[in-house]
Amino acid sequence: MKQLGKFVIFIGQLFVRREAFRTYVKLVFEEATKVGYNSIFIVVIVSAFMGAVTTVQTAYNLISPLIADPVIALVVRDMTLIELAPTITAIVYAGKVGSNLAGELGTMRITEQIDALEVMGINATSYLVLPKIVASVIMFPLLVIVAAFVSIYGGYLTALITGVISGTDYILGIQMDFIPFQVIFAMIKAVTFGFIVASISSYKGFFTEGGALEVGKSSTNAVTSSCIAILAADFLLAYLLAPLLTL
Amino acid sequence: MIEVSNISKSFDGKQILFDISATFQKGKTNMIIGASGTGKSVLLKCIVGLLKPEEGSVNFDKRDFTHAGKELQTEVRREMGMLFQGGALFDSSNVEQNVMFPLNVLTKMPYDEKLERVNFCLERVGLENVNKKMPSEISGGMKKRVGIARAIVNNPNYLFCDEPNSGLDPQTSIRIDNLIKDLTKEYNITTVIVSHDMNSVLEIGETVIFIHEGRKLWEGSNDNIAASDVKELNDFVFASRVMKELKESR
Repeated sequence: MKQLGKFVIFIGQLFVRREAFRTYVKLVFEEATKVGYNSIFIVVIVSAFMGAVTTVQTAYNLISPLIADPVIALVVRDMTLIELAPTITAIVYAGKVGSNLAGELGTMRITEQIDALEVMGINATSYLVLPKIVASVIMFPLLVIVAAFVSIYGGYLTALITGVISGTDYILGIQMDFIPFQVIFAMIKAVTFGFIVASISSYKGFFTEGGALEVGKSSTNAVTSSCIAILAADFLLAYLLAPLLTL
Repeated sequence: MIEVSNISKSFDGKQILFDISATFQKGKTNMIIGASGTGKSVLLKCIVGLLKPEEGSVNFDKRDFTHAGKELQTEVRREMGMLFQGGALFDSSNVEQNVMFPLNVLTKMPYDEKLERVNFCLERVGLENVNKKMPSEISGGMKKRVGIARAIVNNPNYLFCDEPNSGLDPQTSIRIDNLIKDLTKEYNITTVIVSHDMNSVLEIGETVIFIHEGRKLWEGSNDNIAASDVKELNDFVFASRVMKELKESR
């Protein structure tokens, strides 16, 4: 509870004694490059295999004369949009970006760079962390869109290469019974997970105490805590929003 | 002038500072000295507001900084410059960007004016043609000088230096000491230096307070420090053989 209280105060600090708006615009662009653009490669690789594996696994588990082949692609699409693209990408994102944020802020803390900002009269929490959170909340949904596209396309290529389902059936399947709210659902998850990873990782890094060893521990804790929070938020959002998919 | 009144500070129930009071004069190099782990840096952090003391207050030219609201604290902080032990330069920025940082965030100066000011400060600390170098590419002494340039770029009224000589060779140490003293006189700044380097104390310590186990045991200047009858201070000052021999020869 003490940690939770400290985290809430930390988030509250983001919005007091802010610097000029133009300062944040520049910082958000810099952070967006770091958290978004630099994550595209790993997201594309993971998503392509995610789509490929989902297609193959679904195809082998739905061998029945009563189930039409396009249903395989429908399952791949739904799984990707509702669950895999936001959640698996978030776990990968926590590992790459979360550890990086915690490490960066932890190093700044132990080398007194954060103290230097405070002495200058700058709210270090707001100056350093707010742009990271804003950039993450903007960029992570874009990464999820890339992940969903690559995953579904990866499934299509797998279908063509392995022949578990024909290309025509796959294209037909991904258009069947499409519920547009699935995309909104994925974006709500993406915004939430983007906030969770950036805020928790920044919190862990910002309050690092000690030396290089503690920076490493902060990075590990940032990833662990972010993953747990992502899964908990995933459950909560599924519980709250999944009924809307059937409306 | 900075007035420290009855500062006490503890961590997890362990008292680190006991009722410390001191006055740091404008235009003078004021030193806080003592052995490692006696609470010097904690006192400095209480003065600059990085730590909040449980008791007591710090007044910057009659402005109560400890109990001030955020606005006044920010106003006072923007009149401060600080040199940290390791320099605390921003790793991802080059020398020029590091020195320009306070101007970028705290002023609306045009870029050319900022660059002129940065170059002036770098020249003043004896650094030229290093603008584009990264902190990882320069020596420890140069980092300290960049740190000083960053601390003075905004024309501060108060300059704080935490162990400015740690990790430096004797020649560079003297150079840094003299630079701090010259800047203090030149700009009439209230300078507070935390150090355990006796060479620095004897060289530039115009007013000196000695801290031992969280308590202020002595206050004076570098001229009369050798004549003190405080045992703990004598143990600290004359810890080295050279200093002992110097004392005996007098």
